[in-house]
Amino acid sequence: MLEARDLYCERDDRVLFQHLDFSLCAGQSIQVQGSNGSGKTTLLRILCGLNRDYRGDIRWQGQPVEKARADFRAQVFYLGHAPAINRSLSAAENLRWFCASRGVRAGKIREALAAFNLQGYDDVPCYMMSAGQQRRVSLARMKLVPAALWILDEPFTALDRKGVSELEGMLSDFVRSEGSLLLTTHHPLKMDCDVGTIDLDALIQERGVYDH
Amino acid sequence: MWQWLYKLGSPRWFYELGERSLPWLWGATVFLLAVGVVWGLAFAPPDYQMGDNYRIIYMHVPSAGLMKGCFYMMAICSAAVLIWKIKMADIVAKAIAPIGVMATLLMLASGSLWGIPTWGTWWIWDARLTSSLLQFFIYMGIIVLRSAFDSQDSAARACAVLTLVGVVNIPIIEYSVEWWNTLHQGASSLGMRDASANPPEIWIPAFFTGFGFIGLFFIGLILRSQNEILLRERRTQWVRDLVAKETAGA
Amino acid sequence: MTTEATAGLASVMGATIRRELLLAMRSPGDVINPLMFFIISVTLFPLGGGVEDAFLATIAPGVIWVTALLAVMLSLDSLYRADYEDGNLEQLLMSPQPLYFLVLSKVFSHWLMACLPIIVLAPVLALMLKLPAAGIGALVISLALGTPILVLIGAIGMALTVGLSRSGLLLAVLILPLYVPVLIFGTGVVDAAINEMAYAGLLALMGAMLALAISLSPLAIVAALRISVN
Repeated sequence: MLEARDLYCERDDRVLFQHLDFSLCAGQSIQVQGSNGSGKTTLLRILCGLNRDYRGDIRWQGQPVEKARADFRAQVFYLGHAPAINRSLSAAENLRWFCASRGVRAGKIREALAAFNLQGYDDVPCYMMSAGQQRRVSLARMKLVPAALWILDEPFTALDRKGVSELEGMLSDFVRSEGSLLLTTHHPLKMDCDVGTIDLDALIQERGVYDH
Repeated sequence: MWQWLYKLGSPRWFYELGERSLPWLWGATVFLLAVGVVWGLAFAPPDYQMGDNYRIIYMHVPSAGLMKGCFYMMAICSAAVLIWKIKMADIVAKAIAPIGVMATLLMLASGSLWGIPTWGTWWIWDARLTSSLLQFFIYMGIIVLRSAFDSQDSAARACAVLTLVGVVNIPIIEYSVEWWNTLHQGASSLGMRDASANPPEIWIPAFFTGFGFIGLFFIGLILRSQNEILLRERRTQWVRDLVAKETAGA
Repeated sequence: MTTEATAGLASVMGATIRRELLLAMRSPGDVINPLMFFIISVTLFPLGGGVEDAFLATIAPGVIWVTALLAVMLSLDSLYRADYEDGNLEQLLMSPQPLYFLVLSKVFSHWLMACLPIIVLAPVLALMLKLPAAGIGALVISLALGTPILVLIGAIGMALTVGLSRSGLLLAVLILPLYVPVLIFGTGVVDAAINEMAYAGLLALMGAMLALAISLSPLAIVAALRISVN
């Protein structure tokens, strides 16, 4: 489904990763590991098409991702560091615009919020919510758009223990229903499915930092 | 042709091409400028209307040409940066910008100097001077934007976008200033007659200085690009070898 | 509660415009501040220059156009800043919908909120500056055609600089030179109207510039936003 071949990226004269190959099929999940500053976020953003400072091949359904951009965007759900929640708008208003921008009908906003224990919060402005609640609003988007691939950057940030295990359950369900999952997290994952890993630290140690 | 363009995209090849061509360029430029200046200042006849004052065209006209030429070259490089992601194109675009600024300032300064005898004042809101002033602002915008970015790649693309926006706007700006000028000044371009109305003895030296300026442009372009290439490629083996050779020689 | 909207392009644009208007209602400063800046700056000119009717009438078209132009430029900060900071810009760029139209809807909403009040209030200020009555209609039409161009060009500059800290003055350096044609033709229309000359041709020219800006600037804005989130 998503394939990367010989990816190379450097930032500020430092090689973040090189000769990085992997492929992610339907029903698989991969956790990107690495210490702070090892390039986990950069890698996810490159795969999303938000960062273009890389060399190498990224393929989506067998096609170069530049060619399949429209289909790729329609199939990917990305959650970044920033929650992408406007603090002046209410939870429902945020989600409604998100759905519109993805071109899907804003159907079950209330149900999506309820799935993240936010019953009755649809009309509360987001600035009145805690960081964890905002994160839940942000996560509720994954219930609203159909996506074959979830790319999640530190999805567990700010969630309480119960929220973490609930999210783990949802991620496992997604993978079991033939979804593809790519995520970074510092938290030890407890999922009911196999999780592959890409270890960026190991990659650099193995291949050396410079290769000129 | 494509192979040649591809080679030109390689910083090392560009650097070495520059090394090889610089002596020739220097020779040709000095020759052209010397002939143009001596002929223009000493031998060309005085103008029947402006006397010796017109002689500033030997600097004014080439710098005006360079001012425009630099910008169009930057625009071509910018397109190459955005479409084909050629890093060398950004190096060249970055190298050209200050040369364009210098040309624009020379054009403005020589125009002002020319204005003192012909208009009786060093600044007049003449269409060409005003357009050049705006061109100067646009050049400065690009340079300032580049310096505002930390990331080299972002800076390259941002400047490329701004350059292309500028190149679309420049004809519109010039047209509008021309229109505004006729509205406010009437027939203003005193003394700046069509160059071809002058006798050949007057404008042939301008060819020499003109090509001399083009030579100067390429010298500046090559020197500045080489500098930038060395800086950006400092981690590569060929630059390390080069530095080792230079330091051993000294 | 549930909005059963079909997922057409029009509904996406409508939703974007609705969201932007909602945001403006929640933080009315984004609408009021450019307008107040416009009014106050225009007031400064008689205070600094003198109040003779003839003098005011000569400078009126230029003063109103220049201050409107600066007000539009200063208003641009609210266009992408919040979206950049909270991550919505990334989501916008990952939208499968045509970004051209998403960007255009945002620019249009911004024009509605920042420029429409200025256009509505301009005749009052023009009368205070003793602009002859013949020029008032032309002033409003020229502003109506010119301010969208200002927002479109300014949005390119804003998109380029939104990722940089302290970008206010930088934005001015980047886009003010590009504002010159709009200023020249905008004041030209008003001057022509005062002197009872035909100005339909000039308006057509501004219309052509607007068409060009609408068709090209969203492309530059999208490219610039991609650079900024990179």
